[in-house]
Amino acid sequence: MTVISVPGSATDTVVPTTRRRRKHNVLLIVGLTLFGLLVLAAILAPVLASHDPIQQDLANARLAPGSPGHLLGTDELGRDIYSRLLYGARIDLRVGVLAVVSPFIIGTVLGLVSGWFGGWLDTVIMRIVDVVVAFPFFVLVIALVFALGAGTGSIYVAITMVGWVAYCRIVRGEVLVAKEQEYALAARASGLPTWRILFRHLLPNVVLQAVIYSMSDIVLTILAIVTLGYLGLGVPPPTPDWGSMIQDGQQFLLTQWYLATIPGIAVVITGLALALIADGLVDRFDRR
Amino acid sequence: MNYLAFVLRRLITLIPVLFGISLLVFFMIHLVPGDPAVTLLGSHATTSAVAELHKQLGLDHPIWRQYLTFLNHLLHGNLGESYQYKSSVTSLISQNLLPTVWLIVAGVILAVLISVPLAVWAASRRNRLADSAIRTIPLVGLGMPAFWLGIMLILLLSLKAGAFPASGFGTGTLNHVRSIILPGLTVALALVPILVRSLRASLINVLQSDYIVTARSKGLGAPRVVLGHALRNAAISSVTVLGVNIAYLIGSTLVVEKVFALNGVGFLMITAIFNRDFPIVQGVTLLFAIMVVAVNLLTDISHAALDPRVRLS
Repeated sequence: MTVISVPGSATDTVVPTTRRRRKHNVLLIVGLTLFGLLVLAAILAPVLASHDPIQQDLANARLAPGSPGHLLGTDELGRDIYSRLLYGARIDLRVGVLAVVSPFIIGTVLGLVSGWFGGWLDTVIMRIVDVVVAFPFFVLVIALVFALGAGTGSIYVAITMVGWVAYCRIVRGEVLVAKEQEYALAARASGLPTWRILFRHLLPNVVLQAVIYSMSDIVLTILAIVTLGYLGLGVPPPTPDWGSMIQDGQQFLLTQWYLATIPGIAVVITGLALALIADGLVDRFDRR
Repeated sequence: MNYLAFVLRRLITLIPVLFGISLLVFFMIHLVPGDPAVTLLGSHATTSAVAELHKQLGLDHPIWRQYLTFLNHLLHGNLGESYQYKSSVTSLISQNLLPTVWLIVAGVILAVLISVPLAVWAASRRNRLADSAIRTIPLVGLGMPAFWLGIMLILLLSLKAGAFPASGFGTGTLNHVRSIILPGLTVALALVPILVRSLRASLINVLQSDYIVTARSKGLGAPRVVLGHALRNAAISSVTVLGVNIAYLIGSTLVVEKVFALNGVGFLMITAIFNRDFPIVQGVTLLFAIMVVAVNLLTDISHAALDPRVRLS
């Protein structure tokens, strides 16, 4: 957190800080509420959906939003867009959130180990990190999913292979600072086993930055999933996914602009919710 | 440490990275358990096609020898032969490189032209309305898929307003410029949220330093202080910010080229994905990594040239 420094007036430095903290708590609540609603919509998709998301109805194809019975209209095969959007959220949110779990764990553990032990282990891990970050994120994920074959399983593997490096770098940096602090020295001096120092004492102090980063990582991962769907490398059709919905809609841009527009807005709202949570977390918990 | 020694040391650190990149790209086809030839050609491939690929890739040799052969070819600029086009991947890449380079350059220029004024405006009116408005850009922008942004720009600026071509690269320099503006804008807008956020932060940091206070107390006006004094120092750190994020920008060209049917290397790679043309996918992935490494090197070198303090650390 940045503190506005106005020389000589203690109150001036305190007042804007608390006000900002309160304001961002609001942001955190708004973000959590928004994201909660999205998750709820995804879970309750079978209840909320007005139609079967893969049921075709060619007689009622490409209806405009607001048409009777079809809240957001229908696509080129007459499938209900509102229902497809809900079922798409099921896929995209679930894969987006689940896909960051293993990179989070692997990156955090490697970052802990790398920062704590240093030496050749640190050098090796950091060289591997250097190699992975040399590739543009989307390019490597797309190439790996292609090599592994399209589908959700490949997405999990590819995101894990690429995503762990960010957590590793963040946690390593935190550990380098934390291990010189007194509580870490004390734990060391009292002869505790290393794994206990690492996971019981160090981890709770360094994991916050990784958690904050994971919010934007979920956004990045959802973008990757949607991009893969757009390129036809995502969930195989006819299962709805926001990316493939945009791809399907692109060819009707001139006549039915909303086909490609609506799913994109869903992605943007998801990103906004997570960005609000991340910003809120920074101001709520980050003491710097 | 003098400048030359810094550059030399930086060049040496490239060796393990380049080595690692070649390893990763090589092992991509071995990710899936089983016969890589079957993986590449798909399960419907004929036995003779699989056998031919075996011979071509040298899959019957031990893995370390396959890698050494791959590395040897690589060092001679040989990235293998495309299955579909029956010509060398290197020549296919060089034929398609121009639009991608145009796109990256246009993207960087537009990103800077959009981000710098916004960041300066936000930093100099800190916590006021303009600042708050500009700070919402990353919140909304970071979750925006680049390809969707491209489609929206086509819809608004090409189909509705008719100002720019919706796809292709055109012929002749003038048409190239007209064709590259929309894709360039798409790539730039994907980067703007990141750039604005870090530029604003570094400007605010600089604006709090002693020499700015001195400049202010001398009675210089706000525009002079911000543009003449602060921006110059903030620019150094923004070069680094731009360098760090160039990987992101280069990555987004891939899908943006697909949206605008711009026949660059990204488009080549996407087309190759549909045709299961592995050597092209492999070659372009490698090229993208080398571009990022080269840009990072240039960033570090120019950063050290601009700011002597960097060399000491």
